[in-house]
Amino acid sequence: MLGRLNFDALHHGTVEMVGIASMFGGLILAVTALTYFKRWKWLWRVWLTSTDPKKIGVMYIATALFMLLRGAVDAGMMRTQQAISVGDSTGFLNPDQFQQVFSAHGTIMIFFAAMGLMFGLINWIVPLQIGARDVAFPFLNATSFWLFFMGAMLVNTSLVVGEFSAAGWLAYPPLSELAYSPSVGVDYWIWALQIAGVGSLLAGINFLVTILRMRRLGMTLMKMPMFCWSVLGTTTLIIFAFPILTATLAMLALDRSFGMHFFTSYYGGNPMMYVNLIWAWGHPEVYILILPAFGVFSEVVATFSRKRLFGYTSMVWAIWAIVFLSFIVWLHHFFTMGAGANVNAFFGVMTMAIAVPTGVKVFNWLFTMYRGRIRFTTPMLWFLGFVATFTIGGMAGVLMAVPPADFQLHNSLFLVAHFHTMIIGGVVFGYFAGLTYWFPKIFGFKLNERLGRYAFWCWLVGFLLAFIPLYILGFMGATRRLDHYDASLGWQQLFIVAGVGVAIIGLGLFFQVLQLIVSIKDRHKNLDKTGDPWDGRTLEWSTASPPPVYNFASLSAVDDRDAFWAMKRARVKPAIKYEAIEIAKNTSLPIIIGALAFTFGFGFVWHMYWLVALSFAALITVIAWRASDDATEYTVPASEVKRIELAGGNTA
Amino acid sequence: MKKDKLVFRLLIVLDVLLLLALLAYGKHVDFNLQVLNPKGQIADKERTLMLEAALLMLIVVVPVYLMTAYIAFKYRAGNQRAKYSPDLDGNRKLEITWWAIPGVIITILAVITFKSSHDLDPFKKISSPVKPITIEVVALDWKWLFIYPEQNVASVNFVEFPVNTPVNFEITADAPMNSFWIPQLGGQIYAMSGMATELSLIANRAGDYYGSSANISGRGFAAMKFTARATDRPGFEQWLAYAKQSELKLDTGAYKQLARQSTISQPVYYSSAQKGLFNQVLTKFYPFAEVGHEGGH
Repeated sequence: MLGRLNFDALHHGTVEMVGIASMFGGLILAVTALTYFKRWKWLWRVWLTSTDPKKIGVMYIATALFMLLRGAVDAGMMRTQQAISVGDSTGFLNPDQFQQVFSAHGTIMIFFAAMGLMFGLINWIVPLQIGARDVAFPFLNATSFWLFFMGAMLVNTSLVVGEFSAAGWLAYPPLSELAYSPSVGVDYWIWALQIAGVGSLLAGINFLVTILRMRRLGMTLMKMPMFCWSVLGTTTLIIFAFPILTATLAMLALDRSFGMHFFTSYYGGNPMMYVNLIWAWGHPEVYILILPAFGVFSEVVATFSRKRLFGYTSMVWAIWAIVFLSFIVWLHHFFTMGAGANVNAFFGVMTMAIAVPTGVKVFNWLFTMYRGRIRFTTPMLWFLGFVATFTIGGMAGVLMAVPPADFQLHNSLFLVAHFHTMIIGGVVFGYFAGLTYWFPKIFGFKLNERLGRYAFWCWLVGFLLAFIPLYILGFMGATRRLDHYDASLGWQQLFIVAGVGVAIIGLGLFFQVLQLIVSIKDRHKNLDKTGDPWDGRTLEWSTASPPPVYNFASLSAVDDRDAFWAMKRARVKPAIKYEAIEIAKNTSLPIIIGALAFTFGFGFVWHMYWLVALSFAALITVIAWRASDDATEYTVPASEVKRIELAGGNTA
Repeated sequence: MKKDKLVFRLLIVLDVLLLLALLAYGKHVDFNLQVLNPKGQIADKERTLMLEAALLMLIVVVPVYLMTAYIAFKYRAGNQRAKYSPDLDGNRKLEITWWAIPGVIITILAVITFKSSHDLDPFKKISSPVKPITIEVVALDWKWLFIYPEQNVASVNFVEFPVNTPVNFEITADAPMNSFWIPQLGGQIYAMSGMATELSLIANRAGDYYGSSANISGRGFAAMKFTARATDRPGFEQWLAYAKQSELKLDTGAYKQLARQSTISQPVYYSSAQKGLFNQVLTKFYPFAEVGHEGGH
């Protein structure tokens, strides 16, 4: 009945117990608060069943920030362990715990923090920027979010029931096969990613269609804001890359659950096939994450320099060059497999080639600032921090693209420093810039600038302190993922500095939490009544903050890349003819689909195949039910639209 | 703004203090940048390659830094004397320049990449008047086994070879994937079950070098390290004689024992190694070969 689930799954060490206690503490606090303030109905009606992309965006970002904090705690534990586990000391984590921690850190940060922030920003802004009232498939959009959310919950469940994978964030076989990882950890990893991955694929399709089909009249592709171009690139990558992930994970699951041998070395199975496949998804994945960050910078730099984006056509070509190249570089993750000189050289050269369009983008941003009037708001600070760090990371990346150099740097802490430079300096700084920039649009008030600046400086200084030592440690022969090392290697001092760096990043996170609290408390002082707090250029700033549920009352045509900027300059106020607007209804089915996906995955993890079958049957039933429902929209009558617009556009 | 500056300065001060403390403390330990401190021809070439590539990239990176600082400062909103051209949105010549200059640099790097990939291909044997020595390496859970087929000895977590002599490592695994790496002698290569990789290295200076696995292989992974010792010929002969005195012989039984999951803190020596053991380990995964404990459920 319970498969291999029994009470042993609930036995944990002290470290896990502290984690579980804090998670349950938070949960109890939330439940109490919701009950005390009688907010359960509100939560269900306004949020959990919503199909409004602005609200779904908020839920994505809330989940992502929660997971980001969890991943950051993991980072702190790793740094502490490596700072103290030297010589006779073995630190406070045993090898198994340490390996679970770094596997969870990578998995959480990429799949649930970065991807969540990305889809959050896309949900917030893409429909608004293209002047649309909704996404192409609102129901699918909510479903995507709930699949993402339930994937995250499956990772969190592994902390309480059973354990997480200890095979690294990409779970290379044969280590991740049954022979070497017999317990449920890797299964949790597989099904969390499988569920969230399907959600990502569906969201990718949704936003690709949204951008291609729902742009405002007059907004040709070459008049589209650059953020939307970057999202078009990202969604294209998602559609090509995520099916590879799904298939690869499915094969690993077949190996583990049904004794097959795709990747075991035996019976002609080959672990290196997995490594090829996972990176054929994994490399595009990092560009999936970085492109929207580039898009954010294109918007931020133009707005805060009060100038048109420099080299628009170049920027578009650069995005598509990156999209194309990102599919023919995956082998650079394992030059050390010994594929042969010509194969290695080809993938090395293709990898370096990506530096060209990326460099072009940086130069274009710099020349967007040239002859501008630059305001150094926090989003701009994140951009400058990005240029400073990303350039270092890019250099390290090109260096490792030279195969014989990579032989000396691969899997060392130099590599770890490199990809953290790209992901923190690029992706994280970019998303933080985007969050600060678009926060007033979604919530109707600005974030506190001073605390934002504190957070930025902590992140920048903390980042340098945390990762410069890792570059040096790489040269000292320090490999990644060591739970213990000899004192004679002379690594400890640098590990301690890196630990202090992470603590300073933690201070930055603290300032960000404080920033959010203070900003909400002082929101009446920072209200955005105009809908255009930064003197913006694109359509999202032409509607109220927060926008009404239908985004725009009037869908008047546009004819300029900086559509709103042109309107402001020409002092055109589009004449509004109030009309009835059709909007997708709220629905409780997406959250139910998510919950069923969760039980489906949980059943597989614990070999409760009746639960798997039951969940699957229920999923099909729910989807069929939905497919036969024709009344999925409601109409906001023209009179109501008029009332909302005259009241300043705010429905909230 | 004042408070911001204060916080920022405090952080900078903290930064500097820490680095000073580090340097002061660092004096007492061997601060060995192994990768940049090569003791063999391969590692030496790889270091040179890295420096060349880094210098080439600085041609783009330095101007980016300077331009960022200059443009950001000059065109700050407070500087009303600076030119303001809100509609400036492109310049064909400039854009061609920054497609072209990085393009040229990457082309130069591409040539370097192609040449060096061939020159430093780990499978390529080092040419030398000295007869090379072959050492078979098996990554086990969680120890390194070294077999000397010509000398008929074997060792665990310790490998010795003569200086200025090419060493041809043949590498496989009877465990999850590992990566065989001696930073001061040259770059790494994977050790994979059912597959053999090769790595030719040479030590041009005698000494003890740190070797490890660069790829995670399970609970005892941190113990997957070994000492690589390069000595003169007499020293090597002496070590062979010492190993020959060991009471342990590496036959099938001893190998099975050794291959079980465990960590080993002190080197182990075998006075003989069963002929063809490396090939047995390599081929045991092939279809129709005898199936080990991982197969079949």
